[in-house]
Amino acid sequence: MRRLIHAKDIDYLALGATVLGTGGGGDPYIGALMAKQAIEKYGPVEMVSIDELNDDDLVIPSAMMGAPTVMVEKMPGGDEPVKAFTQLEKFLGRKAAATVSIEAGGLNSTIPFVVAAELGIPIVDADGMGRAFPEIPMTALHFGGISATPMMVADEKGNTVLLSTVNGAWTEALSRNATIVMGGSSMLALYGANADKMAPNLVHGTLSTAMKIGQLLEAKEDAAVRLANLLQFTDGVEVFRGKLTDVMRRTVDGFARGTVTLEGMGVDSGSVCRLEFQNENLIVMRDGDPVATVPDLITVLDQETIHPITTEELRYGQRVIVITMPCAPVWHRPECLELVGPRYFGYDFDFKPLRPLTTQNA
Amino acid sequence: MTYRLGIDVGGTNTDVVLLDKENRVIAKTKTAVTSDIVTGIRTGVGSVLEQSGVDGAQISHAMLGTTQVTNAIIERRELNDVAIVRLGAPATRAVKPLAGWPDDLRARYAEYSWIVGGGHEFDGREIAPLDEAEIRSIAESVKGKVQAVAITGVFSPVNTDHEERAGGIFREVLGEEIPISLSYQLGSVGLLERENATVLNAAVSSVAKRATMSFQQALADLGVHAALYLAQNDGTLMSVEYALLYPILTIACGPTNSMRGAAYLTGLKNAIVVDVGGTSTDVGVLVNGFPRESFVAVDVGGVRTNFRMPDLYSIGLGGGSRVTESEAGIEVGPKSVGYRIVEEGRAFGGDTTTFTDIVVALGKASVGTHPVQLPTDFAQKAYDIAMAKTAEAIDRMKTSAEPVPLILVGGGSVLLPSELEGASEVHRPENFDVANAIGAAIAQVSGRVDRIFAMDQKSREEVLEEAKSIAIAEAIRAGAEASTIEIVEIEEIPIAYLPGNAVRIKVTVAGTLATYNFGSKVDAYASH
Repeated sequence: MRRLIHAKDIDYLALGATVLGTGGGGDPYIGALMAKQAIEKYGPVEMVSIDELNDDDLVIPSAMMGAPTVMVEKMPGGDEPVKAFTQLEKFLGRKAAATVSIEAGGLNSTIPFVVAAELGIPIVDADGMGRAFPEIPMTALHFGGISATPMMVADEKGNTVLLSTVNGAWTEALSRNATIVMGGSSMLALYGANADKMAPNLVHGTLSTAMKIGQLLEAKEDAAVRLANLLQFTDGVEVFRGKLTDVMRRTVDGFARGTVTLEGMGVDSGSVCRLEFQNENLIVMRDGDPVATVPDLITVLDQETIHPITTEELRYGQRVIVITMPCAPVWHRPECLELVGPRYFGYDFDFKPLRPLTTQNA
Repeated sequence: MTYRLGIDVGGTNTDVVLLDKENRVIAKTKTAVTSDIVTGIRTGVGSVLEQSGVDGAQISHAMLGTTQVTNAIIERRELNDVAIVRLGAPATRAVKPLAGWPDDLRARYAEYSWIVGGGHEFDGREIAPLDEAEIRSIAESVKGKVQAVAITGVFSPVNTDHEERAGGIFREVLGEEIPISLSYQLGSVGLLERENATVLNAAVSSVAKRATMSFQQALADLGVHAALYLAQNDGTLMSVEYALLYPILTIACGPTNSMRGAAYLTGLKNAIVVDVGGTSTDVGVLVNGFPRESFVAVDVGGVRTNFRMPDLYSIGLGGGSRVTESEAGIEVGPKSVGYRIVEEGRAFGGDTTTFTDIVVALGKASVGTHPVQLPTDFAQKAYDIAMAKTAEAIDRMKTSAEPVPLILVGGGSVLLPSELEGASEVHRPENFDVANAIGAAIAQVSGRVDRIFAMDQKSREEVLEEAKSIAIAEAIRAGAEASTIEIVEIEEIPIAYLPGNAVRIKVTVAGTLATYNFGSKVDAYASH
C-alpha cells in the first residue's frame, strides 16, 4: 500500500521506534529532526510495500553507525547518508529503486527517510530486525544470505570507505574501526540486493507499525486504555509493574551493560523483578525466573505517560511497566539465536519465546 | 555586628529574612510579589530592617533568588538579539541551531545564526580548523545589530580551545560591552541542549543586568551596600559578576533554596523535603545536603535544555487547592485560588472550599480568621485523598522502601500531619515558612566541571585531580574563599562504544563566601 509520509508522521515514527528500540537503538530525536528537515526541503516521502517493486529493482538500505554520545554531540552534516548511498550505487553500476531501514528500533528508523526525501525514491515499509540490535550482522538479511558488503561508510568531511569483507564479524570490526577514526559516527549504505531476493528476508510493515504505535501512545486516552491498545496491537503482554529501586551500570567491551531492580506494585506487590540490559533490554527475571528473554522485545514504559524509557534514562524512583512483545519469527531459528539469544549475551538459559512459533503464522 | 539578607522571589510571595552572624533569624517577612519585582523586594527588605532596628550599613551580604530570568523567557520579554554561532561544519549541518524551538522564538532568532568550520571530535582532534576569517566577518556583520553572542563548539566539553578563540575574535571586533556566552560553561555533552542553553543565556543577559542593577539600587536606597550574590538552581551562589556571565543558571532556583534551607534548619543532610505552597507541593531529595539532580531534558519556555535542575516531583496540592464534589467524586486541586485564599477561603470568610478549610474543619490545624463548618464525612474523604497524593509523591521520590526522615517547609506545610506514610520521622523546623529565603542566605559558592576525559594517556587519579582543580578554580571565580572549598560530589560515567576509556566526569565543589570578592575583575567573557 502506497502512502505519503509527512513531517508529522516522523514524530509518531520516532516515538514508536523507541518502543521497538527495546531500550536502545539510539535516541531517534536527532534522526527525526534530520528526516523532518529533509521532508520540509524535498517534500513528503512515498512508503511502499516491497511487492510493489519489480523483482529486479535494486534496494539499498541506509543506516547510521556509532556511539549514541557522539550522535547527540556531533550531529551529521546531512550529505553523508546520500553520499554513502550514491557512492555505493556508483560502485554497483546501478541506480537503486528504493531504500529501506535495517533497524526499525531507535535512530535507524529515521535515517532512510533522509535518503528517500533527497533522492525522490520510495522507502520500503519493512526493516531488517523488527527491533534494535547492537551489531551489523544481527539482521534477517544476514541470515538470508545477503551480504552486508559491498558497504559504503561515509563521514561528514566527505570521506568514504568501501568495504568488501569475508564475513559478518569482519564487516562489524572494520566498519566500527573506520567509524571511530571518522570521529565516532558514520553513515552507511549496505546490504544492497534486488527486491525479490530481499523480500523474504525483511520484517515487513515495521515502519507503519512504529507510526501506529506512536499514534496509539499519543492518543488522548487514559494511560490504561493506551497501554491496552499498545499490547493488543503488538500482541504483547505486561510482565511487571513496579518501582525502580536500583540501577547498576558498567561498561563491558565498549557496551553499556546494567542491571535494574524493580519492586512490585499493585498485582505485582511482594515480587521483585530484575531487568538486564546491554544497550538494549535483554532479560526480565521475576523472583529469579526468566519471564522475558531476548530476542523477544522488552520495553520499559512510564506508568503515567505510557511512553518508553531508554536504558540511559532509567533511574531510581521511576514507576514503570515492563512489557514484552513477540520478535519476528526469523529470530526463532537456531542459527539466529546463536547470535542474538540469551546464551550469546552470557546467560545460562535458552530463549523462552512469548509466542512459540507453532502458534504463529510463520 | 554584621548581618546578611536572604531574599526569595517566588510565584506568589517575596520572602525576606535577616540573619545575624551566627545565621540566626532576626527578622522575616512575606510580601506579595509585585509586577516589577523590585518594589516587592524594597518593601520586604524595608520591613525586616524596621522590625529588627538593624541599620542597612551593617548588612554585609545580600543573597537573591529570583524568577526574573525565567519570566523573561516564558513571557518573551526584553530578550536580546543574539548572534548564534556554532563551530562544527562540515558536521552538524543536518540539524541547524534553533531546531525544535517554538515558532515565535525561531522566527526571531534565525536571522543571525551560522554554522562555521571548527569544533572537535570526541577524542579532542579537530573536526576542521577553526574558520577564523569567517568568524571575523560574522562579527563585523553583526556589529551594532545584536546585543549578545552565543558560541557553541562541537565537543567543547572535551576541548574548549575553539570556543575560547572564537570568543576572543568576537570580543576584539565587538568590544568589551557585548556579553559573549560560551557553551562549555553551561552544559555537558548534547550539542542541541547545550546550544539552546547558551542562546537563552545570551538572550537574557540584558534582563539579568537590569534586574541586578535595580536590585542594587533598591538596596542602596535603603542604605544597604552589601556584597551581592544570586542563587543558582544547584543550591549555591554566584557573585554578581559571575551571574552577569551566566544569568541562565538562576532559573528555577526557588525549589532548590527551599531544600537547602530545610537542610540548614534541621541539620539533616539526607532527607526528603516536602515544600507546600499555595498551589502546589514540591517533593525533593536531599543527598549530602544538596538536592538530587534531574537527568531529564528540561523545557524552558518551550526550549529543550539540559540544565542541572533539582529532581522534583510536583503535585497540584497546596493550601489554596479547591475542593469540589461532583458525580465523579471529590477532587482536591489542581485548581487553586492561590494567594486569593485570604479573601476566598472559608477560613478567611470567603465561600470557596480549599484544602486549608478541610484541615481546619477537621480540627487538625488552626488557620485563618473564621471557623469552618463542613460535613465531617466529606472533609475526611477530601483529607484522605490529599494525604494519599502526598504519600504517593513522597514514595515516588524515595530510593528504597526504608522509611526516611522528612522535612516539611513552606507556608502550607502546617496543613500536613506529623506522621506520614513512608517517613521515619517528620521535622517541622522553626521558620519553616521562609526556608527558601534562608536557603538563599546561607548558601555556599560552588564550582563545577562536567566534561569528557580520555583515560588512556593519564591515570585515573591524574584525570580526577585535573577535574577537581578546574572545579576549584571555577568556585574561586564565582566568589568562594579558596581555603574553605570542599568536594561535594564526584561522578564518573563511562561512555559506551568509544575507545580510549572515555569517561564523563562531573565534579562539584563548594566553599564559603570570600569576605572580599571584588578585588579580581572577571573578564567580560568566559575565559580562564
